[in-house]
Amino acid sequence: MTSSGMRGAALLALGAGWMRMAAADYALNLTQGVTSISREAYSLHMIALWICVGIGIVVFGAIFWTIFRHRKSQGAVAAHFHENTRLEVVWTIIPFIILVVMAVPATKALINMEDTKNADLTIKITGQQWKWQYDYADDGVRYTSSLKGSSQDAAKRNAGIDPASVENYLLDVDKPLVVPVGKKVRFLLTATDVIHSWWVPALGFKKDAIPGFINEIWARVEQPGTYRGQCTELCGIGHGYMPIVLVAMNDTDYHSWLTGMREAQAAETAGADREWTKDELMSKGKEVYTSICAACHQANGEGVPGAFKPLKGSALVKGPVAGHLDRVMNGKEATAMQAFAKQLGDTEIAAVVTYERNSWGNDTGDVVQPAQVKAARK
Amino acid sequence: MSSNISIPVDGHAHHDDHHEHHPRGIARWLFTTNHKDIGTLYLCFSLLMFFVGGAMAMVIRAELYEPGLQFVDPNVYNQMTTMHALVMIFGAVMPAFVGFANWMIPLMIGAPDMALPRLNNWSFWILPFAFSMLLSTFFAVGGAPAGGWTMYPPLILQTGAAFPFLIFAIHLMGISSVMGAINIIATVFNMRAPGMTFMKLPMFVWTWIITAFLLIAAMPVLAGVVTMLLTDKFFGTSFFDAAGGGDPVMFQHVFWFFGHPEVYIMILPAFGIVSQIIPTFARKPLFGYHSMIYATLAIACLSFVVWAHHMFTVGMPLAGELFFMYATVLIAVPTGVKVFNWVATMWRGSLSFETPMLFAVAFIILFSIGGFSGVMLGLAPVDFQYQDTYFVVAHFHYVLVTGAVFAIVAGVYFWLPKWTGHMYDEKLGKLHFWLSMISVNLLFFPQHFLGLAGMPRRIPDYNVQFAGWNQVSSIGGFVFGVSQLIFLYLVIKCIRSGVKATDQVWEGAHGLEWQLASPPPYHTWTEQPVVN
Repeated sequence: MTSSGMRGAALLALGAGWMRMAAADYALNLTQGVTSISREAYSLHMIALWICVGIGIVVFGAIFWTIFRHRKSQGAVAAHFHENTRLEVVWTIIPFIILVVMAVPATKALINMEDTKNADLTIKITGQQWKWQYDYADDGVRYTSSLKGSSQDAAKRNAGIDPASVENYLLDVDKPLVVPVGKKVRFLLTATDVIHSWWVPALGFKKDAIPGFINEIWARVEQPGTYRGQCTELCGIGHGYMPIVLVAMNDTDYHSWLTGMREAQAAETAGADREWTKDELMSKGKEVYTSICAACHQANGEGVPGAFKPLKGSALVKGPVAGHLDRVMNGKEATAMQAFAKQLGDTEIAAVVTYERNSWGNDTGDVVQPAQVKAARK
Repeated sequence: MSSNISIPVDGHAHHDDHHEHHPRGIARWLFTTNHKDIGTLYLCFSLLMFFVGGAMAMVIRAELYEPGLQFVDPNVYNQMTTMHALVMIFGAVMPAFVGFANWMIPLMIGAPDMALPRLNNWSFWILPFAFSMLLSTFFAVGGAPAGGWTMYPPLILQTGAAFPFLIFAIHLMGISSVMGAINIIATVFNMRAPGMTFMKLPMFVWTWIITAFLLIAAMPVLAGVVTMLLTDKFFGTSFFDAAGGGDPVMFQHVFWFFGHPEVYIMILPAFGIVSQIIPTFARKPLFGYHSMIYATLAIACLSFVVWAHHMFTVGMPLAGELFFMYATVLIAVPTGVKVFNWVATMWRGSLSFETPMLFAVAFIILFSIGGFSGVMLGLAPVDFQYQDTYFVVAHFHYVLVTGAVFAIVAGVYFWLPKWTGHMYDEKLGKLHFWLSMISVNLLFFPQHFLGLAGMPRRIPDYNVQFAGWNQVSSIGGFVFGVSQLIFLYLVIKCIRSGVKATDQVWEGAHGLEWQLASPPPYHTWTEQPVVN
């Protein structure tokens, strides 16, 4: 940026800044959260903070004292001392003792956090560019949770939508993670492509989701409510668009939610056996596309030049159905294009392929049925 | 110790002329083996990179000024954060310290030049090529690297055509740094004037020797680990690919084994500069010279056993987390000793506050704030909250900007009259200081609040709840950016004209370098001084 550009930007910023600042939110401190882990982290944070403030007052106080009292302009004459062994030993030992004081509660908290034994429930969390998959293995429920459409629309550059008008902008998802209140939930974290990190501040921790490895952490949420967080490990262009929403419910609500999810999944599987109309596939396909594909290939199918291929006018998309299906189901090695065969059901794949073949001027007219997808699975 | 120095032989005046033969124009700078010329080249290069990296920071702060995307798309934003870090670390901060070392170490220890002058030329001239290569990637297919300066796989392997350029640029920077470090060690070990024993060396020289050993130990590790990335990408190895039996976390371990010593490579010479400036303007010798050296050595040794605190959240065994937590907070002890020694040096001195002293005092206070948040981050159970949020961004900018960069700026003000023979404009210097001091705190202090409130780092857009402090931070950033233009103007003005500087320059200055003329002749200490 040129110097005049920088100066202009700064002036503009100053002007606009004062007007808006009155209305904004100025949160200052860490949340106390809703788990024992988060409360321990909070209290340790406050202990460390106050110790730092105390040391700061003493050290900075001495600096300011000497700045004002020992000035040459006020006739101060320099002393000549340049060592004092006793003093130096004292200010080596005192900080050491303070550190031990902080390390004791830190050690206790750490031991507690790492204890994932005797969990009531296990949920597997899989990070993918740029969404989370939640798998309740014991209850047969599995789904993908991605950024809500309203945020996606407003997040485009110069979208013309005021982020303030979007509820929970960038912190809202289509399907939240649901846990029962008061139960020890063990989370198993992994990833399919790059490293992600799963963070809900109210739970008091973040943990990396690493491809090929499984990490463990646990939480016992004490109050019903909705808690929001984000991915905290840089994972590509969608890193800022990968929120986490966790809803904690009482046991009854949790079980009726589970039943609802199971029924919806059963309906989904049953749907795979019938013939779908093009309209049905197109509307379902748009839903899947928005949730799964749009993060890279964009809502308008144009992709991101140099990073993600366009689907609009793509030879592969407009070519034979088999090739298109193969790419969606098996991905392409050494690129960001993942294999979706295991992540999506037959109907979802059929719908999204149909949608891609009949959108943005890709007028192939093809209709791909769930049965074709089933047949393509080896 | 400095008060014991006496100069039996006048080191300059009467034999200036016949040593001044050197090529003129561009050839002088291309082929120079003179430590002063090379020091100047390093410092000018660093200043240029400071503005290049700073421009990227301006883009980042402009985009974060309010919620929503206004200026750049997420891929460009990620390129900005990645390149800002690479340029500032390898292009601005490290070369600045090497520039100081080149200029000042021979003058301070009474040596006629660096021990390996041709190597010295080469270590500088590699850098413009390395950075041309790195910055050219903005025009590559897929753009510049966008996976973060830490280059974590598998993400970094998704980089487009820029990838091999990134790796080879880092190789070149590493070669340059290692050669510079070898040169400094060779110079200090072999070319000290008679009587200039190790325990009489100025603190700046001491901190640089220790830094040089850190460089030699750390940079090859970085070179190795990026080479492994290169073979993973192009030659079918799977060092960091779990599907092939590798481990992406191993990269982080190896990278931070380089990365943490690197942190001290960027701060130890800063400690050295501040340890020269504080006694000068307190008119009182440095307090605890010996404990200062031992503290620096302790910090350097500890820096090799704390690397995993950068990666507490990757899922280490409990014992590992405890070890790295204890080792990390332990660094606060020697660092505290240094801060207390500086305060004790000021205590009952006869203080005056010219611009170098203002920046040095600000360094002590603001670096300490970065140290405080460092101790907090070292406590693993809370680090699980802080990790990868703006709290971390605030922390490392306090130690790198108000730490390393403030010390560099202080050093420039301190030695500029010696280098140019002119006093700089003190009024402009003070204006630069106060604008920088206020704006840099507006810029980085609110980022602590943002991180605690839950804002992750490296995101181009955010929820409206973070809007307030981001706006304050951006305004601080713009003012800080503009303020540095005053510095640029002041430096150019000082090179061209100004009140003639005396040999001693500062009333309280002691040491061999202040016995030479300002500016020193092209060749100095051709006859060695004797230090009693």
